Amino acid sequence: MDSRLLDDLKQLLGQQGVLDKPEDLLLYEYDGSVEEARPDCVVFPARTADVVKTVQLAARHRVPLVGRGAGTGLSGGALAREGGIVISFARMNRILQVDVENQRARVQPGVVNADLSLAVRHTGLHFAPDPSSQKACTIGGNVSENSGGPHTLAYGVTTNHVLALEVVLPAGELVRLGSAAVDPPGYDLTGVFVGSEGTFGLVTEITVRLTRLPEAAKTLLAVYDGVEDATQTVCEITARGITPAACEMMDGWTIRAVEEYVHAGFPLDAAAVLLIEVDGLHEVVEAEAEAVAEVCEKHRARSVRVARDAAERDLLWKGRKNAFGAVGRVSPSYYTQDGVIPRTKLPATLRQIGEISRKYNLAIGNVFHAGDGNLHPIILFDQRNKRQFRDAVSAADEIIEFCISTGGSITGEHGVGMEKDRLMPLLFSEADLDLMKRVRGVFNPTGLLNPGKIFPVSKGCGEIYVRPQPAGAAPSK
Amino acid sequence: MSMAAAAISENLGAIVGPAQVITNSQQLRAYGAGGRTPKAAIRPGSDQEVAEVVRFARTEKLTLMPTGARTKRDMNIPTAEFDLALDMGRLDRVVAYDPGDLTLSVEAGLPLASLAGVLAEHQQLLPLVVPFLNRATVGGTVASGVDSPLRQFYGTARDYVLGMEFVTGDGRVVKSGGRVVKNVSGYDLHKLMIGSFGSLGVITKVNFRTFPLWTSMRALLARFVSARDAVEMRHRIAQSPLRPLTLEILSPKAAELLFRDLEVPVPFDPPPIGAPSKAPWALLVSFAGTARVLERYERDLRQLAGAGEAAVLDESSTAAALARVREFSPIALESSPFAVIIRMNVLPGEMAQALDAAALAAARQELPWAAMARGVGVIDFALLPGRPPGQRSTAGRVIEGVFEAFGHREGSITIPWCREEYKEAMPARRTPPHDLEQMRKIREAFDPTKVFAPDPLQAWI
Repeated sequence: MDSRLLDDLKQLLGQQGVLDKPEDLLLYEYDGSVEEARPDCVVFPARTADVVKTVQLAARHRVPLVGRGAGTGLSGGALAREGGIVISFARMNRILQVDVENQRARVQPGVVNADLSLAVRHTGLHFAPDPSSQKACTIGGNVSENSGGPHTLAYGVTTNHVLALEVVLPAGELVRLGSAAVDPPGYDLTGVFVGSEGTFGLVTEITVRLTRLPEAAKTLLAVYDGVEDATQTVCEITARGITPAACEMMDGWTIRAVEEYVHAGFPLDAAAVLLIEVDGLHEVVEAEAEAVAEVCEKHRARSVRVARDAAERDLLWKGRKNAFGAVGRVSPSYYTQDGVIPRTKLPATLRQIGEISRKYNLAIGNVFHAGDGNLHPIILFDQRNKRQFRDAVSAADEIIEFCISTGGSITGEHGVGMEKDRLMPLLFSEADLDLMKRVRGVFNPTGLLNPGKIFPVSKGCGEIYVRPQPAGAAPSK
Repeated sequence: MSMAAAAISENLGAIVGPAQVITNSQQLRAYGAGGRTPKAAIRPGSDQEVAEVVRFARTEKLTLMPTGARTKRDMNIPTAEFDLALDMGRLDRVVAYDPGDLTLSVEAGLPLASLAGVLAEHQQLLPLVVPFLNRATVGGTVASGVDSPLRQFYGTARDYVLGMEFVTGDGRVVKSGGRVVKNVSGYDLHKLMIGSFGSLGVITKVNFRTFPLWTSMRALLARFVSARDAVEMRHRIAQSPLRPLTLEILSPKAAELLFRDLEVPVPFDPPPIGAPSKAPWALLVSFAGTARVLERYERDLRQLAGAGEAAVLDESSTAAALARVREFSPIALESSPFAVIIRMNVLPGEMAQALDAAALAAARQELPWAAMARGVGVIDFALLPGRPPGQRSTAGRVIEGVFEAFGHREGSITIPWCREEYKEAMPARRTPPHDLEQMRKIREAFDPTKVFAPDPLQAWI
């Protein structure tokens, strides 16, 4: 990187606002995915004006720029695939305004997701999107990835809760999109910006909707001896017109990994558990919890337990939200997919994943948002075994292909990033991708903002099976 | 170079079949707008035919107006001149409906009313309960971005459209999103299409998330002496654990317009004919659930009504009252041939001031008015003049007055409905978006040669 640019950045942000030593950059090579890419430097703006000036400097030097929140992303969205500057929003972490009357909050992008809910809890409100990483991930990152979470089944994903944005475009221009009031005039630019994976602009302020906490909630743990029974339960809950606040499933393998780690009381010999939450008015919760328990029993649940109090409820959720951490303890390498299927296809899809697991002789754990058909198969492998590594990737591809064949999608909440770009042509035609690129060009005409993401790097369907590089298996740059 | 009319229809006939090209001036009048009649109307039968028509129009430098049931010509800005009407009525299939997955894929020309029947068979609904429901199509509803009283609970189309297919200005069939309820692959281009009035592309197919239909629904009608008192009840509901399906505040005149000749009576006294309306403000809030849940709502809502007089409507009165609330814009337009509707999108906490400001501006010009305010902060303020607007119309002065009083607040003021023939007489002032420049570029990305006639951005030029 041009030393003059580095000097200008240090002049602007101070010595402490810029990292460029290799040992400091190491941490920014990664996010939560299996990808890696090292930036040339990392900068820490403290205010919007810093972001504007940094962007202008980068534009002048034609250096790529990538925004970064907490780096918990699962598709390499915050990695500097083509080098350049990573802008960390760690210092822009203030809640600027809480408007209880109008149920709005205005925050900086570096505010941690769970911190916003904690800060407004005394008013009876919360920020509804709750990714599993909510204790670390930032709202800026949520906006970029359009993050989901267990409770998005009833409450919607990030895009349903974002009303307005202040963004810095790659030319250094500060623009406001949307409005704190509903239905801003003109095209829904906020809507298209959320989920653009940092390829449109850098978000410097976010106006979100706050949601009233439910009066009551019940969390049920249903334990099954057969996976199929659990999936049939999910189908029937939907068919009965019940929309639980959350409906999560873990298979036997995952249950054991989680239980060893969290000690939430999950039965070690179960084939599957469903974690189902209903919330709302007392009267609604009573009726729905009863109906859900009945459906579980009808589909041969071995036991249905209702969390007695908030502590037990929190423990069950801790088990679910730490599932990936638990897997990390038992296997050095794993590869997680994020495919989505129509929920009626759950039983068939899990059977297929089982067959793929046997075919490649690889353990595949399943922990996922069953209620909305968003799978997270976790493929375990030994990175030192080249054959196993190849098989893991082939198994992942076969799972995704099956998801697509059911009418599903390649990613439900993790994003495309630099991990699934090669899969995009399986879902979208050249015309679809071309229009998406033109829209990116409206905001990011030079392509210097977060380059090498979302769109397949090479053209044509013949080349999409370039294998990804799972953790540790890739030669480092 | 523009072609002669006969050559145009021959070329179009080769694409969609001669029977699907309308050139008879009598029939063409139905497609006209703003006193203008198109050269031809085309009824394509597939998305590929739509694409071919768009490519033909582009080559021949003809402009296109996508149309559904043509119920919204009184909406938005003056209709731009256009050469060809693209009647989407033949694309009316339910492409896929998977009740177990709560997902639905339909073609744009499908009437919402027939769709509701299909969904009801499986005890499901699409919360698009919009004006002109008995005629409106899926495509027209989504493209115009009209809202539904049910947005109080379900949000707007942007919250439950899962994906879309459309034909862009270069005549390509493009899709975004998908048919599953959770999906982040690629940009959400379909969000741009919602409310774009056909200016970015012709919607050919829309994928929706559907919802379980409630077993039983009721409403509570509360009456208050002032707008402020009604808005206060809205705030008390928002702070309660209740999650009603709909919540609308009606001005005295609005309540009279909507409820006066209902077959199923709602507890409401219309003023004597010809007398100035002294009837109070009304708040209509509906809710659904089991008998126990309904009881809870009734009990809590009566309490939240405070000093307001409240009555619970039975099932059929609830349905009838909501059907009227849904049709507020058409009913207001019907009630005065010169009606103009001003829409104010405000923060809920500022609804009372916004209503006061608009009422004051109307009173200064001695214009009758009716207002409906949704709980989410959307106010439709209908001016109902007795005379046609002149060059410097009283309606125009009210609009200016509303802007002066409230234009600087967070939110927006637009004029979504005004009879086609009077649009030109209305002031051009509307809240400009902060991001107009990006919007212009978006339009260019979708339709570089401006083959689509509608231009909602024109309001700010």
